[in-house]
Amino acid sequence: MNFFKQVDLDWMGKAKFFFALSFLLLAAGVASIAAHHGLFYGIDFKGGTVVDVRFATPPSVDTIRNGLTQQGVNNFTIVPVSDISNPNSNEVLINLEEKGEGSEALDAGKTAILNALHATLGSGEAGKQDFNAAGPSAISDVLVRKDPLSLGAAAGDRYTQLARQLVTFRDKNRGGVLTNLNDLSAASANAATIAALRDSFYTSNFAIVNVEIVGPKVGSELRRQAVVVTLYALGGMLVYIAFRFEWVYGAAAVLAVFHDVLITLGLFSIFHFEISLTVIAALLTLVGYSMNDTIVIFDRIRENMRLMRREPFKAIVNRSINQTLSRTILTSGLTFLTVLVLFIMGGQVLRAFSFALVVGIMVGTYSSFGIAAPLVVAWNQWRDQGATSAVTGTAAGNKLRKT
Amino acid sequence: MSSNLKWKAVFIIAVILVCFVGLIGIPDAPKSLAVLKSNFTNRIKLGLDLQGGTHLILQVQVQEAVSQETDQVLDNITKALRDKTIRYDELRKLNDTQILVHNIAPEQAGTARNLISDQFPDWDITPAPGEPSGYLLTMKASHIADIQQRTMDQAEETIRRRIDALGLTEPLVAPYGQGEHEIIVELPGEGDPNRAKSVIQAGGQLELHLVVDSTPYSSEAAVMAAHGGVLPPNSQLVQGKSSASASGLQSAESWYVVDRVPVVTGRDLRSATAVRSTKNIGFFDVDFTLSTDAGRRFGPFTEQNIGKQLGIVLEHRLQTAPTINGRIDDSGVIEGQFGEQEANDLGLVLRSGALPASIKYLEERTVGPSLGADSIRHGVQASIVSLLVVMIFMVVYYRLSGVNAIVALILNLIILLAALAYFGAVLTLPGIAGVILTIGMGVDSNVLIFERIREELRASKAPVSAVDQGFKRAFLTIIDTHVTTVVSALFLGLFGTGPVRGFAITLVIGLLANLFTSVYVSRVIFDWHLAELPREAELSI
Repeated sequence: MNFFKQVDLDWMGKAKFFFALSFLLLAAGVASIAAHHGLFYGIDFKGGTVVDVRFATPPSVDTIRNGLTQQGVNNFTIVPVSDISNPNSNEVLINLEEKGEGSEALDAGKTAILNALHATLGSGEAGKQDFNAAGPSAISDVLVRKDPLSLGAAAGDRYTQLARQLVTFRDKNRGGVLTNLNDLSAASANAATIAALRDSFYTSNFAIVNVEIVGPKVGSELRRQAVVVTLYALGGMLVYIAFRFEWVYGAAAVLAVFHDVLITLGLFSIFHFEISLTVIAALLTLVGYSMNDTIVIFDRIRENMRLMRREPFKAIVNRSINQTLSRTILTSGLTFLTVLVLFIMGGQVLRAFSFALVVGIMVGTYSSFGIAAPLVVAWNQWRDQGATSAVTGTAAGNKLRKT
Repeated sequence: MSSNLKWKAVFIIAVILVCFVGLIGIPDAPKSLAVLKSNFTNRIKLGLDLQGGTHLILQVQVQEAVSQETDQVLDNITKALRDKTIRYDELRKLNDTQILVHNIAPEQAGTARNLISDQFPDWDITPAPGEPSGYLLTMKASHIADIQQRTMDQAEETIRRRIDALGLTEPLVAPYGQGEHEIIVELPGEGDPNRAKSVIQAGGQLELHLVVDSTPYSSEAAVMAAHGGVLPPNSQLVQGKSSASASGLQSAESWYVVDRVPVVTGRDLRSATAVRSTKNIGFFDVDFTLSTDAGRRFGPFTEQNIGKQLGIVLEHRLQTAPTINGRIDDSGVIEGQFGEQEANDLGLVLRSGALPASIKYLEERTVGPSLGADSIRHGVQASIVSLLVVMIFMVVYYRLSGVNAIVALILNLIILLAALAYFGAVLTLPGIAGVILTIGMGVDSNVLIFERIREELRASKAPVSAVDQGFKRAFLTIIDTHVTTVVSALFLGLFGTGPVRGFAITLVIGLLANLFTSVYVSRVIFDWHLAELPREAELSI
């Protein structure tokens, strides 16, 4: 099978359209960021508290809101978690803005939220642990201590296994929220085991699946660090490409990658996705991907310059893009499919992450022929216009140090 | 098959075997499939974001240790100057790292300077600006860095001992970040951070100070009023413990004026245990014993100060201020109206040694076990589906050569996972991003090579030379793309923390593995296939 045999498209002739398109995309992103007074930073970067609560039945956001207000919690938002693969999830995120420095302030928000939930939705029992928050080790500890199956000293492994079964039952069959310990009889726990668990655990009709508390100092430090580290990485790439090709190529590649990151950030703003630490990892992935794509084309240009000494530089670039076109489309298409699957099936934790990659792969592929290559061509033309040489615009005028 | 090719095949099989051993151990018998599976899950360590658990980042207030050192030196200099009967007006701590000596008698200035530079080599002495015979003592930067490092090491060690005492599975305590004096604590599978936090938080900074004023004050202002706005020299203000306020009611404040330098600190403790209180029935006290060395200091000190109060200061809060009734050599009791658990934990904290400085929480994350499981399930499902899509496409598009690409991809993943297992690296969500980029670039390498081979075939080259040229030409490109990405990943790994580093590590391993599989292994398979192929046959690509 072969999709692309001989293509002969004039890519560089359309450079103006590409620049205009990029300008529009960048402008839209910048406008959106400006309109929203900056990007939507997740808790990782702005500090604050997020409590992720999963309910056994669809929760009433109003009840939760009233409960929180009664506990004197202000400045919070409640966001129901909805998911393409699971549109009716019984999950909400309670976000709380950062109030102050210090350990007490950090803890206060979380404690107030937990108190409010317990007050409105059924309380925990003093001296017992929340079964829905317990991991296998906590459960097996209790079982070993109580030994409901009278297994004696060698019971450790058996109880560890049982605890794992119970946790799997809770998380898979009950979506992480077990409302009654008696239900565990469905997961091969006998009456004695359930009674032993009841001594140490309570259940309620919600489970805290995730709590994140980030101090404001950490947030700004992380933001600074992410930017600095990315700039270092870009600098490293620039030097390497300049060493292997010519400095213009390095500069063009880095500019193109910059362009990709900016457009992706703009789309994050337009679609109201939050920037979190995992999104940074996705942005780094996109930087790597876009750079890879650009280098493949540059590499071909370098090779063709030796083969087509008499041709104008523009033609060489066009030829190189055309020659690598089938590879570009195949690779991008396949990688795009991969991240699209991740975007659809990856669950809410991976949503923003895979969005960055879906966008990034499209933009990263486009920028290789739409931005990086035209930039090199533009620079060459500008240099040749300045020169009085008779061999204007030919490959012979373009020295390449290394091949 | 030529012998050259044979050796290459042996090498590849050896690599695969090493990887399998890394992932599942040496299979001793076919029956132990479950053992192999559990070996696998044990060797691939999952990050907290995938496994669930508690993650804390705390900052050690190292400046406190520096300040304490300055207090100690101030005390020692006072003694040294007194021993040599050097006269001066005032010796004062200027800030955490500087001490000012006012007005040394001019004829003794030389002696004083020599004395200080001899006995306190970690301090620089310079004439104080604007004062003819005043001197400024500044702690050397190298010494400050030393103290900070020591404090960090000690804090890390202490926290590790305390966390270990809680008996959780595989806790992690490690330095974090760059030069911000942060420590990361990770408790896999622990859904409730509170007990761990309170044990760490307890700080256990125990200090015994002589109380200067026998009656406590109700506010800071009252203290200042009683002393005419200036605290007595070498004394400090300490707030008393607020009585239990579960109801949230603000209890009455109490303030004490105590000696600046503690007689005994937590470092001098030999043991500490919770005991039933004899005074407050139903509550618990903590008994402590001092080391012999500290006892030698404590004995004479208590003898000299009979009738005075001794403040027991825990975490900058004065717990009790018992009156010294007689000489005490090596034991004491903290009466704090503790509950049993509280007293036990306090005993644990004191036994495990005091934190050399207090700590501040910067970050707390608790990932519930079910969320982590969700992420894994979704991630694994998505990866499998997308791998299948890629594989099917490769076979349809490149026919037999597509199989080559699939072998390379799968081998790449196996090597990547095995390397993670060998290095004990942790797989996190950002790490999975690195894996995705690795797969993307792996596919890309194969596509680059295959497209190149097709081009050569179109130029009517024979299969053998087309494969040879295709690999040679594509190799240049592949090296450039890989080196560029590895360069950037190295920067991310060196300067990044946490998630960024996790991404970089998997990416570097994945790319190196990819160079091996897409170029070397794939080439060997091609060569082997070509050797079997009849001379006129076409290459299936």
